[in-house]
Amino acid sequence: MIIGLVIVILLPFILGIGLYIKSILLLEDQSLFQLLFSGDWRPLSGKFGFLPFIISSVWVTTIALMIAGPICLLTAVHLTQYAKPWVLKLMQPVIDILAGIPSVIFGVWGILVIVPFISDYLAPFLGKQTSGYSIIAGAIVLAVMVIPFILNILIEVFKTLPDELKEASLSLGATKWQTIKLVLLRKAFPGVISAFGLGVSRAFGETIAVLMVVGNVASIPKGLFQPGYPLPALIANNYGEMLSIPLYDSALMLAALVLFVVVMLFNMGSRFAISRLEEKV
Amino acid sequence: MEDRTKIKIKDLNLSIGKQKILKDINLEIPEKKITVILGPSGCGKTTLLKSLNRLTDLYPDMRVSGNIMIDNVDILHTNEDITLLRQKMGLLSQRPYPLPMNIYNNVAFGLRISGRKKKRYLDKRVEHYLKMANLWDEVKDRLKDPASALSIGQQQRLCLARGLAVDPDIILADEPTSALDPISSEAIEKKFVELKQQYTIVMVTHVLRQARRIADYVVFMYLGEIIEQGTASEVFDNPKQDMTKQYLKGSFN
Repeated sequence: MIIGLVIVILLPFILGIGLYIKSILLLEDQSLFQLLFSGDWRPLSGKFGFLPFIISSVWVTTIALMIAGPICLLTAVHLTQYAKPWVLKLMQPVIDILAGIPSVIFGVWGILVIVPFISDYLAPFLGKQTSGYSIIAGAIVLAVMVIPFILNILIEVFKTLPDELKEASLSLGATKWQTIKLVLLRKAFPGVISAFGLGVSRAFGETIAVLMVVGNVASIPKGLFQPGYPLPALIANNYGEMLSIPLYDSALMLAALVLFVVVMLFNMGSRFAISRLEEKV
Repeated sequence: MEDRTKIKIKDLNLSIGKQKILKDINLEIPEKKITVILGPSGCGKTTLLKSLNRLTDLYPDMRVSGNIMIDNVDILHTNEDITLLRQKMGLLSQRPYPLPMNIYNNVAFGLRISGRKKKRYLDKRVEHYLKMANLWDEVKDRLKDPASALSIGQQQRLCLARGLAVDPDIILADEPTSALDPISSEAIEKKFVELKQQYTIVMVTHVLRQARRIADYVVFMYLGEIIEQGTASEVFDNPKQDMTKQYLKGSFN
């Protein structure tokens, strides 16, 4: 049992160190700063600028969260504060089912529904032209994927709020909405932030569904309707097909390391915020 | 009772599903006195207290019937704004639950939501009520600190100040000292005795000695029913019911 535990504890470190060792070759050749902030991605000439991928990832994740965040927050408030208890009981398995759908299915759904919707309706409506395979398509698919994930955490967060706090506010003459807005949301704030943080770490690393709809063009995206190329897609698409281009595998490992570090930071930050919430309650 | 009746409860019944929590409660609570509701845990004391300001509305599966007349208005069947009604009553719960904001805003909360927002007015009221709750001297230099930074005893006094700030007639207190150390408990008790000049106080407790110290009227409850009620001297010195006698002897809890 202890051996199993030790292995589990060491796993992230082993992974991180492994990625670092693999990417050292490239780091010895070029500076990290240059790699992260150059937009020039030409592996054949030994140019590995990660900026297009980093920016794509940031865009897709940010927009996905901007879509999913408010939806989740409003739904969680409704389910825990307004809805009858049986609605919440009914919704929880629904949310779990949604969370359990393999991501490739979301990807197919994105190709069949979201991509044509964007190219035929949304983009023309806004006066733009696009194939549909774009940052915004990736973001929408991603948003749908992280909704159950964030929603589950938010429901837990709102459930931990003590009834007495609600009663205290109501007994001072606050209406239900005032109580939610001024007291409950404020009390739950660290929890909401960490739910979003965990959502980000989940979204940032999501690979296959995004890869299928985002277009995968290695240049810095100039708008939401342009194709992008997030980090996980870069790794998934190219590893195994990199022939013998020097340093290419090292570059992909560095991309993986960047991904790993970002996701871990968001994860740890969010967990820290949650633990602070629990202390306070 | 020769005192004016503030709250009159008639045939109050309350149940959750098939379980009856309160059975045929008939009770008169006199104005500007301390009425203590005594009884072992789980006998419905807290529920009775919460039904007085309709916090029972929060639980959709709770069914309430009967009448609760406060100043001759039946609060269970009134068209009056429920938030106004609740402002007539300050609530102190077993453990203090300060609102997630700073000390000043905790006291100003009730005033702000009822539309009084002028800073100078609020400053004065906040100071006034913090003094009333004997907390001002301890917090006057750190009004902007979060309320959660205070000790439990201080938090409970803050909750008292916060409740008083909406200018209620009635104070409902649910075992307000059960989480406090003896010194803080005594401070709250003393405060209650002072406050009954202006307020009708209804306090739930299962601490017999506390009830003896401060009660004017006593209501003894057991398993959702009122067994006995009367002035403190009647109930404590000359109980009529066997069950009350046994409880006062401390034979069950």
